[in-house]
Amino acid sequence: MDLLEYQGKQLFARHGVPVPQGRPAATVEEALAAAEEVGFPCVVKAQVQIGGRGKAGGIKVAQDAAEVREHAGSILGMDIRGLTVGEVWIEEASDIAAEYYASIVFDRSAKAPLLMLSTKGGMDIEEVAESDPEAIARLHVDPLIGFQDFHARRLAFAAGVDADVIRPLGALLHRLYEAFVAEDAMLVEVNPLIVTRDRQVAALDAKVTLDNNALFRHPENAELRNPSAEDEQERMAKERGLTYVKLDGNVGILGNGAGLVMSTLDVVAQAGGRPANFLDAGGGSKADAIVSAVEVILSDPKVTAVLFNIFGGITRCDEVARGLIEAFAQVQVDVPFVVRLNGTNEDEGRRLLAEADLPNVHVEETMLGAAARVVELAGGDGAGGVQPVPESAGMGAAGESSTVAGAGEAGAP
Amino acid sequence: MSVIVDHETRLCVSGITGREGTFHAMNNRDYGTQLVAGVTPGKGGQDVEGVPVFDTVHDAVAETGANTSMIFVPPRFAADAILEASDAGVTTVIAITEGIPAHDMLRVYTHLRRGATRLIGPNCPGVLSPGKANVGIIPASFFSEGNVGVVSRSGTLTYQIGYEIAQRGFGNSSIVGIGGDPIVGSDFIDVIALFEADPETELIVMCGEIGGDAEERTADYVAEHVTKPVVAYIAGFTAPPGKTMGHAGAIVSGSAGTAQGKAEALEARGVRVGRTPTEVAAIATETLVAS
Repeated sequence: MDLLEYQGKQLFARHGVPVPQGRPAATVEEALAAAEEVGFPCVVKAQVQIGGRGKAGGIKVAQDAAEVREHAGSILGMDIRGLTVGEVWIEEASDIAAEYYASIVFDRSAKAPLLMLSTKGGMDIEEVAESDPEAIARLHVDPLIGFQDFHARRLAFAAGVDADVIRPLGALLHRLYEAFVAEDAMLVEVNPLIVTRDRQVAALDAKVTLDNNALFRHPENAELRNPSAEDEQERMAKERGLTYVKLDGNVGILGNGAGLVMSTLDVVAQAGGRPANFLDAGGGSKADAIVSAVEVILSDPKVTAVLFNIFGGITRCDEVARGLIEAFAQVQVDVPFVVRLNGTNEDEGRRLLAEADLPNVHVEETMLGAAARVVELAGGDGAGGVQPVPESAGMGAAGESSTVAGAGEAGAP
Repeated sequence: MSVIVDHETRLCVSGITGREGTFHAMNNRDYGTQLVAGVTPGKGGQDVEGVPVFDTVHDAVAETGANTSMIFVPPRFAADAILEASDAGVTTVIAITEGIPAHDMLRVYTHLRRGATRLIGPNCPGVLSPGKANVGIIPASFFSEGNVGVVSRSGTLTYQIGYEIAQRGFGNSSIVGIGGDPIVGSDFIDVIALFEADPETELIVMCGEIGGDAEERTADYVAEHVTKPVVAYIAGFTAPPGKTMGHAGAIVSGSAGTAQGKAEALEARGVRVGRTPTEVAAIATETLVAS
């Protein structure tokens, strides 16, 4: 879960990381009221999770109320690289002497938090990493020991920060680390971390990603919302407890298990199609979950055909078939479905589908055969936006028929 | 031979009295796994279909000689359950639970790596050694004894590939699900090292996906340390950056962790990469027939 700048700053403030005073606002009137509290001059900042806000005209300094009205009016509702600005953050203007960079990344490769500090802040850090890697000091922290003062000193000396700010900067890093651990963050990034003319340090920006799996112990974070980033289908899927990711194609996809669904998207793309979504109906998918999933997939108007790719382990194919039959009874279905069922109770699943004789439902024997069929039925603009995946020599089993030798495994209770 | 679980496995299930815990524990026992104990705090002295339940893993180990623990407790209690099993002296912990906070796993991982406990998972389907033992939720009926070792970050995708290999007449030494989380106890390298040392395993199939750099690191390891043929599959070529694709660990971050990058890294180190599950099975069986 990615936070907006102001949500990140409020999180920082709870842990004592210095941030400029500010207030969020969703309307021009709220922006004016916020500016009166914050004082002038102030900065009007668009709240969207994308870089380049300043260049796009989403960050403006206001000297007085008239300018707040003007800037908030133009920024609210503005489109920044496809995201609509729904909120602005009104912040006291800062007197900047230097711009640094600091971040803590959950480094899954090293299995430890990675701290980075640089005096080259205020610009794209990936560019700095590319052009001048020596300018970024890096240090891993043992998660069982936590952040110590020596970590701060090593980073500060390695990065070459001004001597008079080493102490306040160390304190800021310490609090940033506390926030990282206490809030279960996967990333906290401060760019720029500013040194003011009176030699104070503060986080002028905040980029925070939280671990969704830990939201149960942070109810205040779980309630944070970012309406500009929410897609209609994704919101709908979330309400129904489904794992769904919207993509930009026209082939609706449902499978069971994250790996199998990712693989299904890939084979559909290889067959020349464009997946409309990722949807994992999960292990042990029950009929009602299938009905919900069909509703979510079909609510995307771009979908022109749907592929069900099921390998039954815990999931029983007969249960999936019942769900599909139920979905056809409850939902208006105008597009073709291709269904591939293998695994637990596959014979029963196929028998149920044959008996129900649903309109425009095509049963395929193999994953590759099903992918080819759904792409053919989906029509449209074919492989347009999808990066082609090179095929190598061993391929060629598409359409091969299959049977399961020992599909008698017990289903879920 | 096989890896991680076999006839010597004496299994203790944490969370055995839960609905899922009971169901899968019984499935594992029906398969022939020696299920010796269960643990649910406060239910010590009871039994689940004849399996004695203890209040602590320490009691279970002392009374039954359990050497392997399966974790089936809810995410918020799972890190504690893993640490308890390790502290009780169990040598192998297999954590099925999905949704454990990443910071919890960071601490658990760091602690376990300093000791002798092997952790598989979390967020994994477990380990199956056909004909010997099944610990977890892998549907065993699709698999038979054989010489293909499989290691995977995914569940159903592994069954798909294993099933296509089985259709071509080959079986498995062991199938190891290492899990789909950002931090897992054992990675590809740990398990491939076991397969390399296992006389029964003649070919290794690894099934990776987007996110992290475990596949890239494995490519280097295989080139330097593995003599047996390795065939790979990578899922997630069509995954957009910044989106978590079901598994908490399956996310392309900026330009890092892409399927393309992983496939190229593996191929550059001489590992053949199948572009579909069917192609992986075809390459694997073709390699076995040729050898």
